Amino acid sequence: MNNNKVINGFTTAWKGLTLTLGHLFASNAKRKVIPASDNNYFKQLEGTNTIQYPKQSLPVPEVGRYQLDVEIDDCIVCDLCAKICPVDCITIDSIKATEVIGQTSDGSKKMLYAAKFDIDMAKCMYCGLCTIVCPTECIIMTNQYDRTVFELKDLNYEFSDMTPEDAAEKRALLEKQQAEKQAAKLAAMQKKEAGQ
Amino acid sequence: MNICLTYFAIGIGLFAFSALFALFGVYAERKVAAFIQDRLGPTETGKFGMLQTLADGLKLIQKELIIPAAADKILFMMAPAIIFIAVYMGFAAMPWAPGVVPTSLNLGLYYIFAIVAIETLGILMAGWGSNNKYSILGSMRSVAQIISYEIPAGFALISVIMISQSLNMQTIATQQGILSVEGTKFLGFWNVSKIGGVFAWNIFRAPHLIIAFVIYFIASLAESNRAPFDIPEAESELVAGFHTEYTGWRFAFVFFAEYSMMFLVSMISVVLFLGAWNTPLPNIGSVQLATWTTGITWGIIWVLVKSLLLVGAQMWIRWTLPRLRVDQLMNLCWKVLTPLAFLCMLVSGIWRVFLM
Repeated sequence: MNNNKVINGFTTAWKGLTLTLGHLFASNAKRKVIPASDNNYFKQLEGTNTIQYPKQSLPVPEVGRYQLDVEIDDCIVCDLCAKICPVDCITIDSIKATEVIGQTSDGSKKMLYAAKFDIDMAKCMYCGLCTIVCPTECIIMTNQYDRTVFELKDLNYEFSDMTPEDAAEKRALLEKQQAEKQAAKLAAMQKKEAGQ
Repeated sequence: MNICLTYFAIGIGLFAFSALFALFGVYAERKVAAFIQDRLGPTETGKFGMLQTLADGLKLIQKELIIPAAADKILFMMAPAIIFIAVYMGFAAMPWAPGVVPTSLNLGLYYIFAIVAIETLGILMAGWGSNNKYSILGSMRSVAQIISYEIPAGFALISVIMISQSLNMQTIATQQGILSVEGTKFLGFWNVSKIGGVFAWNIFRAPHLIIAFVIYFIASLAESNRAPFDIPEAESELVAGFHTEYTGWRFAFVFFAEYSMMFLVSMISVVLFLGAWNTPLPNIGSVQLATWTTGITWGIIWVLVKSLLLVGAQMWIRWTLPRLRVDQLMNLCWKVLTPLAFLCMLVSGIWRVFLM
């Protein structure tokens, strides 16, 4: 009984040793990097498994779902992405324009300025909901996944192309227009009252 | 004066050898581990990462030497030195080639066995001096393990000594080849005094010594605290065991000692069982392979090659087998290895009386 256990111990240890010996003398060449879509991807069981990362990297599909990117010229500042974001990582500050300020590439009218369009990638959970709700498809996920920063604030991506001065100017214009409208409204009301 | 200088030269030479071996050993260990696990190991520092351990050593030298506030300072500071010196002194009696041995002691093997056992004291000092529960647990385990395993190891060695009738390592080495004066017999019946080679090695002079060799090899793994007997260090349980609190070069010395110990125990196995510096190639008729490959240079080469192969086997085992539990460890020692070692000793006696 005890004897059998001892012999069993030695034979199983030997089995393990032959297994590791096989791996020791298997190919020690660097792993060939092929994309996961390749037919042989799951057949690479022999040889080195690790990817020497900064020097080699696994190809990712062009339509990867990693870092967010915003094409701000196509944005109509509808705020839908900020509303659907489960972790509230998108902050948008909009200013109404005094007139139609342009068209997006799919023909939607732009009526708002984006004074601020920040995405905090440190909070983002890569669910992709914002890209689904976006009516003009201006917010997309890219194939960029490698991002290392030294300051946490560098993970806050700012997509707005307006300077604070620009924004102040547009705000002033809006206020002026609103004041004019108010004045016109007031004048009309007074006229109406006077007319009665 | 000259003799004094020679002693210093030998001492420095052996130190340089163990330091170089530690550098090489750590690198080899990391590469072997990596290849076994289908990784590449160090690749960045130097060609194939060969300067990695040198860089690690430089880093360790520059590190601050921290002594825990509650530690026993004297024990704590002395321990790494004792651990290393105990192993390093063991090299003093090891034969390297015909006529090349630092000290040709009549009590060679006894001395080595005794001085290496002092390492246990250093480990206990390190564990106790650190005043840390993980350290003391690790060192207690280490002491229990080393002292237990010295029994099968000792009896395995005694069964060799009964065959060779000498404790002098150089005499034991000489007996296993063509330079033997009293003649050797393969398996007790075939006189191979002139043929030599692998047939004259102790494991073939008396085949039960193969079992003694395996026993000694297993016990030596335990004595150098290596996996699967690394419970004194057991990272997953004890942080780093007895050397948890060590930093800088003190830690480096503990490491040095581990790698020197690996080489020392391999070399002891080589000298006692695998023909020491004798060539594995036999004389075949007029093709005098054994005569051609015996000599000082060849001797050093053979000792190094055989020892490094055993060190390689130690590494191979470390990266294959999981760690034994304390009770399994003691089971193996007392219920399997010790009775087998006794049996080997008994067979040695019979062999000596009736077949030699």
